[in-house]
Amino acid sequence: MDVLVDLAPLFAEATFETLWLVFASLLFGGLGGLVVGLALYLTRAGNLFANRAVFGVLNVVVNIFRPIPFIIFLTAFQPLARLVVGTGIGTEAAIFTLSLASTFGISRIVEQNLLTVSPGVIEAARAAGAGPVRTIVTIVIPEALGPLILGYTFVFVAIVDMSAVAGVINGGGLGAFAIQYGFRQFEPVVTWTALAIVIVLVQFVQFLGNGLARKVLRR
Amino acid sequence: MPLVQIRDVTKVYPPSTRSGDPVRAIDGVDLDIEEGDVYGIIGYSGAGKSTLVRLVNALEPATSGSIVVDGTDITTLPERELRKLRLGIGMIFQQFNLFSSRTVRGNVAYPLQVAGRSRAETRKRVDELLDFVGLADKASNHPDELSGGQKQRVGIARALATSPRILLADEATSALDPETTQEVLGLLRTVNRDFGVTIIAITHEMDVVQSLATKVAVMESGRVVESGEVFEVFSRPRSPAGQRFVSTVVKGVPSDSELAALRERHAGRFVTVTFRDGGASQSEVFLEFGREGIGFELVYGGVNEIQGRAFGNLTLELTGAGDRVDAVIERLRRRVEIVEVV
Repeated sequence: MDVLVDLAPLFAEATFETLWLVFASLLFGGLGGLVVGLALYLTRAGNLFANRAVFGVLNVVVNIFRPIPFIIFLTAFQPLARLVVGTGIGTEAAIFTLSLASTFGISRIVEQNLLTVSPGVIEAARAAGAGPVRTIVTIVIPEALGPLILGYTFVFVAIVDMSAVAGVINGGGLGAFAIQYGFRQFEPVVTWTALAIVIVLVQFVQFLGNGLARKVLRR
Repeated sequence: MPLVQIRDVTKVYPPSTRSGDPVRAIDGVDLDIEEGDVYGIIGYSGAGKSTLVRLVNALEPATSGSIVVDGTDITTLPERELRKLRLGIGMIFQQFNLFSSRTVRGNVAYPLQVAGRSRAETRKRVDELLDFVGLADKASNHPDELSGGQKQRVGIARALATSPRILLADEATSALDPETTQEVLGLLRTVNRDFGVTIIAITHEMDVVQSLATKVAVMESGRVVESGEVFEVFSRPRSPAGQRFVSTVVKGVPSDSELAALRERHAGRFVTVTFRDGGASQSEVFLEFGREGIGFELVYGGVNEIQGRAFGNLTLELTGAGDRVDAVIERLRRRVEIVEVV
């Protein structure tokens, strides 16, 4: 157990790195995913801005990038990260690539949840004289809010998972820490402690998400 | 000038498959709806009535023809103007389409918020409407806590929020049980009578037309095959579709199978007499048979009242000497519609 005491400051640092990686990526990827997801939903045939060409392109792009295993994505998009954030390594570069990858994943979740909004409800808003933007902001998103919260909670867990490989480009976090100080130093107690912190983090956010969704859905 | 004037309107949807034909949902419809009318539009599903009603508030744009609402041809209006138009046209739906993310109050307030009314004004108007539909105590509830009838009443309150002159009802009672249906129809009658709102109600149920409408149009394959005063259409439907619908609520001429069953028990001649106000009364007709010593028995039919006017089709079995029966039928023909059933 002495090893834990010795490593405590580094552990704290790694935990904060993970939180920073995850929340920053959830923010940027969440917004990006919301925009792309809305675009997918709105341009789909029969919807408010139905546009076969735009939907087709978005659909293919999302289908290409979403299933790429993140560890490959992270390294493959290093040049782009260098271009955008000025460096291809470190936490900032990892956040950029995490945000980009999660944008594609989140867009599908957003699209799927928006599709559950009944077309009749949208028609009722239009019949009441609401324009498309007002309909999206005041009806479509609020009607899908419960499932969207659950969707973002799911995404949070996925980003925690993805963030564990940030160490590959020196992005830090609990994943890198567990490998470096636990696995490679033959200190399973370090690995297990990192694991426990991740479990606590995920449980806490899942609990929060469930509670919030329940409140919105009133069930 | 009618409040809504539809002239030679068509609505064509692109084919659903690449090799398919375009779908003519509305095919050359003319219809005049006067201020204060309750206009029933009846037809089977797929007849185009849902599309037709959505042309009036431009939720669907017409492919060709003109639709004049309150003096303005809406087929040429830009989207921004159409939104203003929709504030003056309420709409209620079969599935209610309430916003589940909003309370009852929030639902009714929505069109007022869209119209940019002040908070105080919105509050006052919503209270008024909830009182009117009898749901003042449910203002803070969410739609999923209401029964079907209550949901439709919220739908009606929402549709009336901006005091529209026209109310479109898309199968407004089709998802309700018979008792609740009567409740909602009663509310719609009040809306028409007390607020002077013109109602366009589409339905596939003839009894809804019978109890609510003043005029009716029968639709089939995107066309209006028959239209007019409800009493006229009910008492003398001319189109085959009209006759089928009328027969669902009015017992008219027995069908072939019913006739065969009647024949097994009755040996005399069958005639169907149609009574409408203005013609000879039942007692006059029966007296005529009696005077000639012709026996008569009522075997089929019924009497209906629509908008305070009665009409009926009664099928009688006549027994007596053939030439005398002929003579009486001939004489009655001048005063009442009478058809021999063979």
